[in-house]
Amino acid sequence: MKIFRMLGRSIRDAFKSVFRNFSLSIASISCIAITLIIVALSILASFNVENFTKEIEKDMTIVVFLEGQSEASTIRYVTNQIKNLKNVESYEFKDRATVKKEIQKESSVFNTIMEDWSEEDNPLKDTFQVKVKEIEKISDTAKAIEKIKGVSVVRYGAGMVDKMVQAFSSIEKVAYGVVIALIIVTVFLIINTIKLTIFSRKREISIMRLVGASNFTIKIPFIIEGMILGMIGAILPICLILFGYFAFYQHFNGYLYSKLIELIPPQPFIYEASLMVLVIGILVGMIGSASAVRKYLKV
Amino acid sequence: MDLIRLKNVKKQYKNGVTAIYDLSLSIKKGSFVFVIGGSGSGKSTFIKMLYREEKPTKGSIIVGGVNVAKLRNKKVYKLRRKLGIVFQDYRLLPKLNVYENVSFAMEVIGAPKQETRRKVLKALELVGLKNKIHNYPDQLSGGEQQRVAIARAIVNEPKLLICDEPTGNLDPERSMEIVKVLEEINKTCGTTVIMATHDKEIVNKMQKEVISLKEGRLVAHKEKGGYDENI
Repeated sequence: MKIFRMLGRSIRDAFKSVFRNFSLSIASISCIAITLIIVALSILASFNVENFTKEIEKDMTIVVFLEGQSEASTIRYVTNQIKNLKNVESYEFKDRATVKKEIQKESSVFNTIMEDWSEEDNPLKDTFQVKVKEIEKISDTAKAIEKIKGVSVVRYGAGMVDKMVQAFSSIEKVAYGVVIALIIVTVFLIINTIKLTIFSRKREISIMRLVGASNFTIKIPFIIEGMILGMIGAILPICLILFGYFAFYQHFNGYLYSKLIELIPPQPFIYEASLMVLVIGILVGMIGSASAVRKYLKV
Repeated sequence: MDLIRLKNVKKQYKNGVTAIYDLSLSIKKGSFVFVIGGSGSGKSTFIKMLYREEKPTKGSIIVGGVNVAKLRNKKVYKLRRKLGIVFQDYRLLPKLNVYENVSFAMEVIGAPKQETRRKVLKALELVGLKNKIHNYPDQLSGGEQQRVAIARAIVNEPKLLICDEPTGNLDPERSMEIVKVLEEINKTCGTTVIMATHDKEIVNKMQKEVISLKEGRLVAHKEKGGYDENI
């Protein structure tokens, strides 16, 4: 009972304080809103980059061509060698006949040409299609496969795709860094603005301490106040995510510049991102005010 | 029975100034004690150590069975709940009215509403301010404000009421009224009252227990008496 009473009082006091110190609250809320907008943009960007990278990774395959008319023992040997490579996620063996059929299916021109090929005439080679675990190490894996006896040529989306993946992976890292840095900056901004409100209520705190309020009881209203400020500060960034991203997605029809860069569909992504921003706002407000009030509680 | 017992207490501030030298004394439960002394006598430090605003450098201070000297910061609130503290500058919250100022002390320790109301009204009646519960501090005289502060200090029914120069800002007549209120609390509730003052007239008139401090040392501790002119 007592804890609910205290909590009720703390929540009431926190709301009162937000309105009583209106100008300071507005200052804190604006700080939080502006930084959270940038946080929101970084979240949207980093998730899209991550999504895009994953999509590309899914499609990235190393195609291994075996030499000439490979024998069953060679195929077995190569299979074992590929299986033992660390970075190999999965592999699939396609013999010449299957490859031929697939090509015939894809194009009618090829179909007419290849129709007349007999089993011996087929110049195609037996192949393995290998998928890797870590896309960054694809070239190493390809090189390793190339060295296996019986392998003639190894092909993967080297060159441009390789570089693009690398670029996006660094963009992703930078975006995460920006999010974290912004969160830290917001915490400091909140600490400072809440310090101002606390400074104006120093007297109240000292009286609370004199009449026997525990530090916890004194802290709670300030922490709730910080959470409220964080929550209000998150409203604008959330609106931006909900409406802005939706409009952005619609405008570009779900692809950025080319069909290669696919955007994450708005639903449920915008709700997840909004929730993240809200949680970050609340946490940042909470941590900021908790550390600001601590300085005034030293007996 | 002793409510307060100090043994070889020394207080040296961080700047090197020693405010109290080897102070040992005891105060009985239910007594009314004046702590007198001029500026720099150490009476404020003595009072502050009782409610653990300051920690002694050496020695032990037992208040109601608790060694205040060893009390950790986090546990100080437990001691404060057993005490009432009154200051020279009243320390009321200007945005709260009389009733709210007194009930504030109950609310922050999580007392139920009904109990709070009953005790607040009782305390305000005791200090003679029941008819002004809706007034704000700036609508009250100094004496009245101090009575609100006293009501706030006793609302939790503490065993010990510590007053640091409570009449310092008041004229002689109002000062006497305040001391009478404190005496009334001492008699009716059995609350031990410790009052630091340099008001000779009050001390001489009341003829109560007197602790005299001079330059951080105890120079006299009389069961009954007036203001020691030597200090």
